Amino acid sequence: MRHRKDNSLWARLARPAICAAFLSAASGLAAAIPARAETTMPAQADIQAQAAERVTDFTLDNGLQVVVIEDHRAPVVVQMVWYRAGAADERPGLSGVAHYLEHLMFKGTDTVPSGEFSRIVQANGGSDNAFTSWDFTAYYQRIAADRLDLVMRMEADRMRNLRLTDDDWRTEREVVIEERNQRTDSDPGALFSEQRRAAQYLNHPYGRPVIGWRHEMEALTREDALAWYRTYYAPNNAVLIVAGDVTPDKVRELAERYYGPLEPSPDIAPRVRPQEPPQLAERHMTFIDPRVRQPYVVRSYLAPERDPGDQRQAAALTILADLLGGDGQTSYLARKLQFERTVAVHSSAGYDGTALDDTMFTLAVVPAQGISLAEAEAALDTALQDFLDEGIAPEDFARVKTRIHAAQIYARDDVMGLARRYGEALTTGLTLQDVRDWPAILDAVTEEDVMQAARQVLDRRHAVTGWLMAPQGATQQEMTQ
Amino acid sequence: MIRLALRLCAALTLALSAALPARAIDIREVTSPGGIRAWLVEEHSIPFTALEIRFRGGTSLDPADKRGVTLLMASLLEEGAGDFDSQGFARARDDLAAEFRFDAGRDSVSVSARMLSENRDQAAELLRLALTQPRFDPDAIERVRGQMLSIIRSEQSDPNAIAWREFDALAFGDHPYGSSPNGTEDSVAAITRDDLVAIHRGALARDRLYVSAVGDITAEELGPLLDRILGDLPETGAPLPPHVEPALSGGVSIVEFPVPQSVVVFGQKGIRRDDPDFFAAYVLNHILGGSGFGARLMEEVRERRGLTYGIYTWLAPMDLAELWQGQFASANEKVAEAIGVVREEWARIAAEGVSEDELQAAKTYLTGSYPLRFDGNGPIAAILVGMQMEGLPISYVNERNGYIESVTAEDIRRVAARLMQPDGLRFVVVGQPRGLDVSN
Repeated sequence: MRHRKDNSLWARLARPAICAAFLSAASGLAAAIPARAETTMPAQADIQAQAAERVTDFTLDNGLQVVVIEDHRAPVVVQMVWYRAGAADERPGLSGVAHYLEHLMFKGTDTVPSGEFSRIVQANGGSDNAFTSWDFTAYYQRIAADRLDLVMRMEADRMRNLRLTDDDWRTEREVVIEERNQRTDSDPGALFSEQRRAAQYLNHPYGRPVIGWRHEMEALTREDALAWYRTYYAPNNAVLIVAGDVTPDKVRELAERYYGPLEPSPDIAPRVRPQEPPQLAERHMTFIDPRVRQPYVVRSYLAPERDPGDQRQAAALTILADLLGGDGQTSYLARKLQFERTVAVHSSAGYDGTALDDTMFTLAVVPAQGISLAEAEAALDTALQDFLDEGIAPEDFARVKTRIHAAQIYARDDVMGLARRYGEALTTGLTLQDVRDWPAILDAVTEEDVMQAARQVLDRRHAVTGWLMAPQGATQQEMTQ
Repeated sequence: MIRLALRLCAALTLALSAALPARAIDIREVTSPGGIRAWLVEEHSIPFTALEIRFRGGTSLDPADKRGVTLLMASLLEEGAGDFDSQGFARARDDLAAEFRFDAGRDSVSVSARMLSENRDQAAELLRLALTQPRFDPDAIERVRGQMLSIIRSEQSDPNAIAWREFDALAFGDHPYGSSPNGTEDSVAAITRDDLVAIHRGALARDRLYVSAVGDITAEELGPLLDRILGDLPETGAPLPPHVEPALSGGVSIVEFPVPQSVVVFGQKGIRRDDPDFFAAYVLNHILGGSGFGARLMEEVRERRGLTYGIYTWLAPMDLAELWQGQFASANEKVAEAIGVVREEWARIAAEGVSEDELQAAKTYLTGSYPLRFDGNGPIAAILVGMQMEGLPISYVNERNGYIESVTAEDIRRVAARLMQPDGLRFVVVGQPRGLDVSN
């Protein structure tokens, strides 16, 4: 992201599955459920009718895919342009270039002087930013609905006409290195997460940090950034999402005017990345940092993602994560580790299936005072085994389904969140139909589906377990205080 | 369950209440049969209601030796109430798909609820129990205490938390504002069940209550709902602590900590929300460091020199004190230069004011961006309750842009001369800064 204010520590601890600094999605069920609901809840039939009207899509002749999400409650609009290019598409040795280019996109074009993009948006009362992940890079503006014309013109302009001066690219490289300092190197938890991810992926580029490895960031050049830009920034590699107080007709008219004339790129290769070999041995790592005052353990398993036309297993894993660690009071791990025994002060489970390639299913335990990481990990494994043996209580399963239905209603209050869901799905290989089908697929998941997914994924031979801790002496001292 | 408040965001949103296009929002004041006043926006297109409840006082009501008790109390409201134990309460809430969030900040205890229309009365009954009959069961107390202690320990390795603790202590000493609302390991360990019962009785009272509702509910439905949820609360609560002047002197404090990048927080005395010059100061801050990109500090420290990833300043007119604060982080070998730039810019804008172009750009942004904040039932409810706590009338939403528009360059020069203290800025640096000396 071009700039983000600090997040709270507890939120980070609470969501280890996505604490990779740049992944933009919120975790959990709410994030997994898109806007267009096909719920089976009879009481909501009228809502579905409304919701079904609200999303429209079309494609321009140059290949730009366009999605319009209508919400006429306030005279505000969000424009987002998503590129099907992220850190996992980078060439080896150039880690960080996707995110670096994201920063450089706020420099100039022939018609917008360097640094003026955000200033113009602000001068019109709007705000703008951007974010980069492994599978996508996205740019957005929120602005009064009658200024959509302006931001569409500027966003289309920088899709093909970026200009970088010598000062621009050198100074901005310093900025992204400061970003790495701030968000990764100053935070043992972030470094731990980066190392765990690298351990999880032996071969797939998901093992790289989006911000980049420092030694590679320091060597990035203007040519690296521009080569990336010329390859991937084109209408046939992008998705335009306009959400808010607009009509599809108006969006079509403006999109054809501003994006329509842009030339598609002929060089966009299929996104075929090196895949993971079978994992034959459990991996265990210990990250020791003298700054750590609260140790914790994180376990991740390689897990399948949502695939076009085939989202059932991902839906089961989404519900599994919610059952195991979704709620701080009622989830299975909370009950076993925090209520029945006092092993942990916090536990959680996370799964984000919206990815192009195999993703991670993650569990985290923050041990209670006096409990070692070894004990916490053992208790986690016991609880998981108990879960596999006991199965799912019907009332727990019903409660999760209720929350899924409600999440569809609450989600409609956040139009930008809806826009992000479509953007993420459409840049990770899914289709609009997949997005539309997802709520019904979640709703159709059975207890047996969840148990089968659990048995398949929760296998320690396919896991990476990490301990974050202070040097032994320091930990002892802390515990005796 | 426990959550940490986001300090920066809280400060940034505190002062912001602004104008809207007339079409966007229609606020009504509702008084319940039992006498509870609330602001309501009806919005029937989505079948749920966002309810925002605040009690003035917040963690500032903590006794000095029991620091953290208000936050622990607020965190325990959803951990058992009436006939429900902790898990029973959570299950009942999830069966209704209601969402409750209880939090405590320096100036208020806040309750944010989202309730589906189809079972709103049942959700309201649960919320009533949480607010009026929390159980404070011993096992729940110990569990949540453990979570708070874990957070306190985690913050010991967080340079941002270390920096703010140091800054607050310098500014406010023994006043509640002078320490973290989370408390210390010792103070949290010392909290008893009696302390929790007492702070609950003192903090959640009707003489400090502010309410707003936005969503699928009418005025006729809202009144009885509020009486049900809040009617059993005591009429009066504990006295609030006194107003305090920040005891800040200019200079640099350094807390050595092993990180490659120094975190810097800085500040000086601010301005009251009801000061006639507040809007001039607000526009001035926007131009200096309030808006991110385009602001002078972001341009000079990040865009021109690459010394940081981001720098912001904000006015913090709290209930009991006023500050003008800022924050950034910069590599240990660059931080001295960055602090120098901040000081120069602070002095330059104090001496020279702002240009007519800057003023116009700021006004366009500030007046144009306000409608964007009203983007959802929950955010609108939070804004409305904030306005009530600041003593603003409903009509303020239509007047606010006029206040911004009326600020002149001369107003800004006057308020800059009156308020800004380039030599009075206190910087707290956490890291291993090079070429930077402690000064007072």
